[in-house]
This record gives sequence, structure tokens and C-alpha cells, in this order.
Amino acid sequence: MSVADSTTQPRPARGPGSVAPSAPPAPSLAPHEAETLEQTWRDPPGIIGWFAAVNHKTISLRFMVTTFLFFIAGGLLALAIRLQLARPDGKLAGPDLYNQLFTMHGSTMMFLFAVPVMQAVATYLVPLMIGARSVAFPRMNAFAYWIFTLGGLMLFIAFFMGIGPDAGWFAYVPLSGPQYSPGKRVDFWAQMITFTELSAIMEAIVLITTIFKMRAPGMTLNRMPLFVWTMLAASFMVLFAMPAVMLGSTALITDRLVGTHFYNPGEGGDALLWQHLFWFFGHPEVYLIFIPPLGFMSSIIATFSRRPIVGYSAMVLALIGTAFFAFGLWVHHMFATNLPELGKTFFTAASLMIAIPTALQIFCWIATLWSGRISFKTPLLFVLAFFVILLAGGLTGLMLASVSLDTQLHDSFFVVAHLHYVLMGGAVFPLFGAFYYWFPKFTGRLLSERLGKWQFWLFFIGFNVAFFPMHVLGLQGMPRRIYTYPEEMGWGSLNMVATAGAFMIGASVLLFIVNVARSRRHGAPAGPNPWGAGTLEWSVASPPPAGNFEMVPIVYGRYPLWEKPRLPSHVAGLINEHREVLITSVADAELDHRLWLPASSYWPFLSALAVTALFVGSIFTPWAVVWAAVPVAIGTTMWFWPKRSTSDMRVASEQHPELFK
Amino acid sequence: MSMHGRPFATRMPQPVRRPARLVSLVPLVLILAPAAAAAAPLQDALRAYGVQAEHIGRLWNFTLGLCALVFALVLAAFVCALWSARRGDAHTEPDISSLARPERGIYRIIAWAVGISTVGLLALLGADVVTSRALARMPLQDAVNIELIGHQWWWEARYKDADPARQFTTANELHIPVGRPVVVTLRSNDVIHTLWLPNLHGKRDMIPGRTSTLTFRADQPGTYRGQCAEFCGLEHAMMALLVVAEPDAQYQAWAARQRQPAPEPATSRTRRGREVFLGKSCAMCHAIGGTTANAVFGPDLTHLAGRGTIASGMLPNNRGHLGGWISDPQTLKPGVSMPANLMPQEDLHALLDYLETLK
Amino acid sequence: MSDKARHQPDPAVGVRMENAPGGGQGGVPVNGRNSAQDSAQNSAADAVSEAGANTAPGAEPGATAGAGPQAPSATLDVSCLPTFAFGHRSPMWWGTLGLMVVEGTVFALAVMSYFYLRSHSSAWPMTGLPPDLLWGGVNTAIMLASLVPNHFAKRAAERLDLQKVRLWMVACMIVSLAFLGVRVLEFTTLNTRWDSDAYGSAVWMLMGLHTTHLITDAYDSLVLTVLMFTGPLEGKRFVDVSENAGYWYFVVFSWIPIYAVIYWGARI
Repeated sequence: MSVADSTTQPRPARGPGSVAPSAPPAPSLAPHEAETLEQTWRDPPGIIGWFAAVNHKTISLRFMVTTFLFFIAGGLLALAIRLQLARPDGKLAGPDLYNQLFTMHGSTMMFLFAVPVMQAVATYLVPLMIGARSVAFPRMNAFAYWIFTLGGLMLFIAFFMGIGPDAGWFAYVPLSGPQYSPGKRVDFWAQMITFTELSAIMEAIVLITTIFKMRAPGMTLNRMPLFVWTMLAASFMVLFAMPAVMLGSTALITDRLVGTHFYNPGEGGDALLWQHLFWFFGHPEVYLIFIPPLGFMSSIIATFSRRPIVGYSAMVLALIGTAFFAFGLWVHHMFATNLPELGKTFFTAASLMIAIPTALQIFCWIATLWSGRISFKTPLLFVLAFFVILLAGGLTGLMLASVSLDTQLHDSFFVVAHLHYVLMGGAVFPLFGAFYYWFPKFTGRLLSERLGKWQFWLFFIGFNVAFFPMHVLGLQGMPRRIYTYPEEMGWGSLNMVATAGAFMIGASVLLFIVNVARSRRHGAPAGPNPWGAGTLEWSVASPPPAGNFEMVPIVYGRYPLWEKPRLPSHVAGLINEHREVLITSVADAELDHRLWLPASSYWPFLSALAVTALFVGSIFTPWAVVWAAVPVAIGTTMWFWPKRSTSDMRVASEQHPELFK
Repeated sequence: MSMHGRPFATRMPQPVRRPARLVSLVPLVLILAPAAAAAAPLQDALRAYGVQAEHIGRLWNFTLGLCALVFALVLAAFVCALWSARRGDAHTEPDISSLARPERGIYRIIAWAVGISTVGLLALLGADVVTSRALARMPLQDAVNIELIGHQWWWEARYKDADPARQFTTANELHIPVGRPVVVTLRSNDVIHTLWLPNLHGKRDMIPGRTSTLTFRADQPGTYRGQCAEFCGLEHAMMALLVVAEPDAQYQAWAARQRQPAPEPATSRTRRGREVFLGKSCAMCHAIGGTTANAVFGPDLTHLAGRGTIASGMLPNNRGHLGGWISDPQTLKPGVSMPANLMPQEDLHALLDYLETLK
Repeated sequence: MSDKARHQPDPAVGVRMENAPGGGQGGVPVNGRNSAQDSAQNSAADAVSEAGANTAPGAEPGATAGAGPQAPSATLDVSCLPTFAFGHRSPMWWGTLGLMVVEGTVFALAVMSYFYLRSHSSAWPMTGLPPDLLWGGVNTAIMLASLVPNHFAKRAAERLDLQKVRLWMVACMIVSLAFLGVRVLEFTTLNTRWDSDAYGSAVWMLMGLHTTHLITDAYDSLVLTVLMFTGPLEGKRFVDVSENAGYWYFVVFSWIPIYAVIYWGARI
């Protein structure tokens, strides 16, 4: 890849290959400068270097691969569940194994896949979309990846050792308490929560700070891509929601380990305290999973309709409204309890009303498609599936929102159907669309359209075959989380159909893996902008250079690559020999100052190991918190401690800037 | 020996009237048809045999209809959009005119659509409120009061009465009079369970440390099956409950029998059987009225022989299954609190003879 | 040791570089004309006059920061922007704010859980007495007093006054020893154990959460204090001191409601 092939020019508003007649010659770095920049931002080589890398794209790709591996693990667990349930009186998995299977499936999908994958994709794309060279806290970003991976590994190691958690992904007390779940199983689950929620919180802080402080000059909040807005909203939600499960799971750990009584009714505790804390987190959690894909939808629909999304301001307000109101719904998971009826009705109203912003978004997208010029490529197909599947899931959600109806449908397979319709239709389908859309940017090659279409149809059909019958099963009285059922209940045939559908989904995921493996080597080369899109990430090479932008662009509109280029078009004067980034103001992205970011460091990894020792140790003894605090303190101190050579160089650059260009 | 026999073949009286049928969408019925062909026990939310389930069923019909309509409309708009929009590709010039000029016409249409959606949502809210009020207003005169306590993995039922002498305890099978309200007070002995009798009402949680109430009424005779609907541990799948709704006279007769202590064994074998019961570990957990056994850790067995199933709806109540259960419950339902009870064959048969007298 | 950081123009006072491009709202000017160049040049000159650095930008074709006439420049030169900034201009401020939001939410939820459990209990404390008021009161006073050296440390950092920063940070460390020590005494006079009942669990959880923050904040401050003596130092380190001081405010102010709940929640 030649760095001097003017990859940083604002691409003309038309697709690849055509040149706008009036585009002025774009500024670019001289080749040796570009090479210096590349070397500055490149990861350090070797094995040690692998652990010390902090470039956001490197971390993000690892994060995406890791979350995808967890997705596959969760999917295999689902296939095991479906095999057991395919027939009445199934003998493949006894109650102990089955209870671990569904606990691991839910926990893996919710904690180890759904939220982290969105943050992973965001930490790749957000800097590129906002014209930045990096995220705001590269080492914390790396640490968040390591702590997530180590936590997920801990959980699966426990599972493979036969002591996996078995109290459900939601671990209601008193079942998950010390009396009814003896041993360490639930402790592994609770501590996995601690790992993953720490990771999610750190990523949220990284994203919020990046979005607020590192946007290219001229990219006011009003000009940010809608995907960046969704990540901003989702990250704020993380900050308020994760603490609830953190507190709740800590209280569970202390109940189990040192004899506290938060959830023990015998000593003044309350079983519903757990449910309140868990669902105060749990409901925003599902919106956390749902909101970033709304950003994928907007990006993809705009590009493949060849026009901006209808109603930008309305879309942003809808996002913020959804994020905000998501915190007011949690009691709808508790409608079968003995909470006061009037209170429950309030939550019915809230759960119904939150459909309004989502409806608004759906109408805006339909309007965009209707008034655009559509290209039915694979990314768009996955996005279009949303309009069928998420729509159905949202409507069954309205059914569940009613207290009276919910008393029949709660904890039955109807809910299993609903949650998969909204999570798969609302998140997983758009996520696959996003992979097809941005894979060329990540790797420089296009995924196969043919395999993509096969995968899509297999997935779409398989999904409906698997999950639609579950609505009926729930109405026919089949509860959730049962390891088998008697033949005379008559549930056998629909369960068999559902299992067949599950295997179709598995086949489609296999097709995806094949597509990725082949396209990495043999896929058609993608230029910087194979889809003719309008946002900044498409202005750089595919894959992007290590420093993202040779010269940081200046932004004048929402779709910079589609709009007329204006002057000044780029920023000059950032130092190339060090990881210097531009900091701008929050609302209007006016120039503020420059910062040097750390180049690479193995302290995030080592600190993550120390924190892992603390978390895992404290499953076995509370004293682990004390003695493991020592390596944690050492690791984090060394992480912070500045390097004298770098500090000296920075001060020199301030005193004699002419030496640094 | 099969784990799940056919507990209903001999016991279930057929309903005398057709259930209150609930309307389903035609496609739904087509999908349902093969599943409904099998003669399934009554554990079906779509077939209401009591007033509460009927209220909820009406709400279901209304909600399903409204949601199906919305689905059809939005899908139609969506398909129309895809059909009528012009085609393009990566080289098509993007239309950025909307960045300079707001598209008022489109905004107006969207605003109307959102407005109509809001009205629909308010209608759903209204329907829910109406249904909640109807459910709360079920008349409670002359109610049967039952205290139901959830255990891992069985149901303890205590029939209450103003006169303490008329109270009795049973397990896993309730009888209720048709046409009279039933007030069930729900508690739990260990973890959270949930009572769910779909043909009669929605579900209600049984939370340790708290008390909740479910009121319903069976309007037609029948045997209704319910299941625990809150994951409660290893054998959550095997915690079923039978509710037998019968005319009041039959119910009164049943209740009167339940109030009697166990009959004295008449033969030497049954006497031997009672000795086995009292001598082995059975009496440490189970109670039989009229004997010295009065422990409360396991189901009350005073009228065991009158029940259709054992092991909380899991096995049919016949000699073979009962013998197997007593000998080795852990193989049938791993994790239950009941230990294996190995004993000489004669003792087992004597015990079974005795238990068969406990009608 | 020379105060290298003194050479940096003071970003906290004076130069508002964000207006450099000359745009009103919306930041970057629409047409990139003279005003951009001129004001960039002027404020660049202002900014670096103390340091004596020159403002020559990087050499690239078509870009100029010193050319006179009317040709619009293709690039905007940022080489004379400051290299650190205080307060909400700094990413570190936002990171610290994020941490405060998270921890504040945890504290708020813990307080709510305390009152939730209380609402389900007829006696509160369930058995025994509420915590003794002495050490809690003393520690609250010490923590509030610690805000004084903390405030001065923050001010000194924003003025880049290394000597004063060192002085006030050491003062903060001495006070932190005091409140950590008294915190131990507080635990001994809570009059309940974490495993007595739900009341005890709630009280110990609140104390434990806040104590964890006291310890980590004291440790952070210790590391910074040492750094201020040993170096290496640059402008950014003063921002770190300022942010650490801000976080200290949070730890102390968040104690007020927690103190009220632990010590008075069972008395009213």
C-alpha cells in the first residue's frame, strides 16, 4: 500500500473511480513523513509487543474476534439445549448439565457477546468516523479487552471443569444464595459479572471521552454520524446501569462468602432486592444491546439508499429518549411478584411508551428507503431483516408489557421467542450487516456477495423456523428452563421444528466463517470506499494506516464525503514522530490543544493479570482482596509512571517546536 | 419403567362443555393444528376454563388483533418502500438535497404515523387497565381458602377453615368446587417458585419471606395441570400440580374424606405395612393422620391413594411406580430430598398394601 | 530541579485557542478565508511569545500560516496549540468524571438498598444500637478539613507552581493518614457486624465501599506526591494533580450522605 496515493483526500462525492470536477488538489504528507507517522502508530513487534500493543484498531480487532468466539460457544450451547428439548423425555442432558447449559448460554450471550461486541466495533470505527487518530485512553482500552477476556476464560474453565454456574443467567436468590447453591459455581458467575462490567465501564468512559474531546475540527455534535450518537447514548447508559449489577453481585458474593444477609429473608434481607438491583441493570442492558445496532442501521441504510437519513434531529432525540426511558421499565420483569398493582401499571405504561421513539426511528428509515435509490447488497439485506424480525419482537414486547397478559406469558417459551426476536432481529442481524459493510475497511477485501446472500437467507429462514413456534409453545403452557417435558403435553412436534431451525442458524454461521476465511485471502480488493459511502472512515485506505489519518480532516457537514469539499480541508502541524492527537471542544469541536498519547505498554496486560488474581482469589477467600491488592497497585502505578525520555522530549518539543517540525 | 406414564388415562373426567374458545389468527391455527391434534393435558393458556383466564384471554385477543394489524401495516409500508424506490449502486450520485432543505412533507407523514402509534399504545394501556380491574373484582363470597407452600420440588396445600377442626393438609393435587371462588395464599419454604395454572389464571410468584395471593374460579369441571414456572433448581421441570375441579357436592365429599385420619389397617399385611412405614425413615419426613407420624418435611400422605400422580405430577400413582419411587427416588428424580429405601420385597409389598388403603 | 513546565504558556489563563480558526459558532470557518489565517497567526504569536518558540508550521505544499494575501489555505496549522489544558478541556477530566458517575451511582444504589431493607423491617437496627457518633463525627471533620490542602494543591497545580504543589500534596497525605486511621476506629464502633443481619450487612457495605475509595484515593495521591518530588515532570502532570484533587472532592463530598445514612439513618 502506498501512503502517498492521496488516501487522505476527501473522496469525491461519487463512488470509487470518479473525480469531482471542482475538487482542489488535496494536501497530503510527503512520503517520508507518512512513513514516520506509520511507524509511530504501528504496534511493537514480537511476542512481547503483542501484549504491549495499544493501537485502538489492533485491540478492537482482537476484541471482535474474541467476542465472536464467545458467540460461537454460546451458539453451540444453544444447539445442545435444542437437541435435549427436541423430543419429550430427552435423555441427552440430565438436569444438572442442562441447568449449566442454559445458564452458560444466557450468560455467554448477554455478558460475553452482546454488549462487548458493540463496544469492540465502536472502538474501531468511532475514531475513524470522527476524524481522530486514536481513542482517548489507549491503555485503558487495552486493559478493558484483557480483563474481559480473562473473565470469560475463567467462566468457561469453570464450566469445562464441571463446576459451571447453574442458577440461570439472572441467578435469582435465594436459589443462587449460599444455602441452595453450595460450592463455587455461582461465585464464578458472580465474579464473571465483576470482570465484564469493569470492562464495559472502562470502554464506556473511553468512548464518551473520545467522542466528546477528539472529534475533528468542525464536527459539531450536530454533524456527528448517527452511529457515534448511538455509542454516546449507549456508553452513558453503561455508566448508570452497570453499577446496579455490580452492587447486586457484590452483595451476592458477600452473602455467599462472608455471611452477609442482603438476600436472606430470615435475617431481614429480601429476595426481591436482588431482582430490583439486577433488573435495574438488566433492562437497560438489553437496550444497550439494541441501541448501537440502531447506529449500524442508519449508516448502512444511508449508504445503500444513496441519501442522508431522514430526520437526523428526530433520530438523535429518539435515541436519547430511548436511552433515558430504558431506566424506567425494570419492574416489568417482576410482574408476577407481589408488588403493588398500581405500581406495576405505571411500568406497563412506561414499557408501552418506549415503543414510540423506536417507532419514530423505523418510520424515518422506511422514509429514507422509500425516497432513496436502493442497492440490495448483503449489508442492506441483514438490515432489512430488522424490519420484520425486530418489528415482530417489539410487538410481542407490547404484549408482555401488559401486567395481566404477562401473568400468562411470563417465564414461558413465549418470552424466549420474544427475547430472541428482539435481540437477534434488533442486534444480531444488524451486526452481521455491519460486518459485511465494514469488513472491507478492516481487511481491505470484500466478503463474497454470493455466500453472503446464502448466509442471509439461511439465517433469516432458520431463525423464524427456530423461534416462531416458541410463541405457540408458550401459549400452550410450556415453561422456561425445564430440562425435559412429558410426551402427553403435545409439545414435541413444535420443539422438533425449533431444533431444526436452530441447526439452520448454526449452518448459516458456519457459512459466515467460511466466507470470512476465504475472503481474507481471495476476496475482491476493496478500495477506500467500495460502497460509495459518505462518512469519514471511508476516506482512508482499507485497511487504514496505523495512524488513521495522515492529516486530520476538517468537517463541514454530516456526510463529508458526499458534500462539496471546502477549505481549509485538513489540519497541519501535528507531530508525526510521536502519537500526537488533536483535542477539540465538546459541543462545536473547536481547536483546543494537542496531546501525546502513550505508544505501547505491557502494563495494561500485567495489571489485568493482577486484577484477575484478585477477583479469582476472592472467590475462595476474602483475604485475596488484601494480598492481591499489592500486585494490582504495582501494576497500575507502573502503568501511570511516566517515562523520563518521553517527558523530556515533550518538554523539549514545547520549548523548541522548530526541531519537531 | 417409563418415567412419564399416562396419569390421565384413568382419572381425568372429560369436560362436559366446550371451553371458552379464543380466537386465533388463521395462520396461527394452521401452525397450531398439528400440535393440537395430540390429546394434551389441560395446561393451555389459550383455553380458558375459568373467569380470570377468560378475562386475560379477551385481552389476548384484542392485543393480538391490534398488534397483527400494526405488523401488517408497517410491513406493507416497508415492502412498498422497497418495491417502489428506484435502484442505485455505489456509483449513484447521492442525493444530499435534504441537508439544505428540510423535507416537510415526509416529516408530516412520519408525525402522523407516530401519532397513530401512540393512540394504539394508549389503547393497549386502556385494555390492560380494564382487564386488571376485572381480575381484581372477582367476587369472593363463599371462597375456598388454600395456603399453598412451594418446596423444592413439590407443593404443600393446607386447606383453611374458620373452624380449625375442618382444616386439612394435602400435597400436589388440589380439588376445588366448580363455580366457587378459590383464594390461594402463596408462600415458599425455600427458593422462589411460581404457581401457574394457565387454564384458570395467570401466574403468581411464591417468594420466601413474602406472602402473595391468587384468586380464581373454575367454571367448568375438569383436571387442570399446572407447573412451577420459576426456575427453582435441579428438578424444576418436575414440579407439576393437578387441580381437579368438580361439582360442589363431590368436592365436599372429597374434603370430608381428607379430614378423616387414615383408616386403621384391617389385615395383617397392611398392619405390617404400617409398621414398616413407622419403623423406617419414612416417618421422619412424612405425616399420616391418625398415626404417630406427623413430620412436615415431605408431602402429607394421609390420603395418598386418592391422588392421580406421585412425585409432584411426575409419575402415575400405581403400585409399580410407587414401589419404584419408594425404593429409589434418586434415579427417577435426582436431587430430591428423599433418600433411597431398600428393604426386603415382602416389606415393600406390605407397605404398598398399606399405602393403597390411604384413600 | 528546574521547573521545566514553566516554559509552557499558561493555558489556564488567557489564550483561548479555540477561537483561533476565526469561526463563530460551528468552529471552523465556512470558507477558510483571511480571518482564519490572521487570527491563527495573531493568537499563535500571543501564545508563544513567552516561550519564544517560533510558529513555523510543518512544510507541506499549499499550506501556509504566514502568507499575507487572500488565497484560502488548504490546511489549518495547529502546531502552536498548547500541549495540555486544565478542567473540562482535558480528556482526563472527562475520565475522572466518568469514574465519579459510576461510583456515585453505586453509592446511591447502596443508600437506596439500605432504605429498602429498612422499609421491610419493623426494627432498625434489627438488634443492637446504631453506630457510635464519636469517630464518625471526628472523621467527617477530618475529611472536610482535608479539603483545604486539597484546594490549595489544585490551585497550585493550575498555576504550575511546583513548590506549592509539593507542599500541599504532602499536607494532603498527612491528613489522609489521619482519616484512614480514624476510619479503622469507626469500624470498631459500628455496633454491628456484617453478618449479624441485613442491617449490619447494609451498614458494612456502605462503609466498605467508601473506605475502598478512601484507600485508593489516598494511594493515587501518594503516587502523585512522590512523582512531584522525583519527576519526570511535564505540563500534563499538573493536570493529573488537578484532576486528582477534583476526585478527592468527590470522595469527601460523597461521604456526607453516606455518613448521614450510616450514623443517622437508624436514629430518625
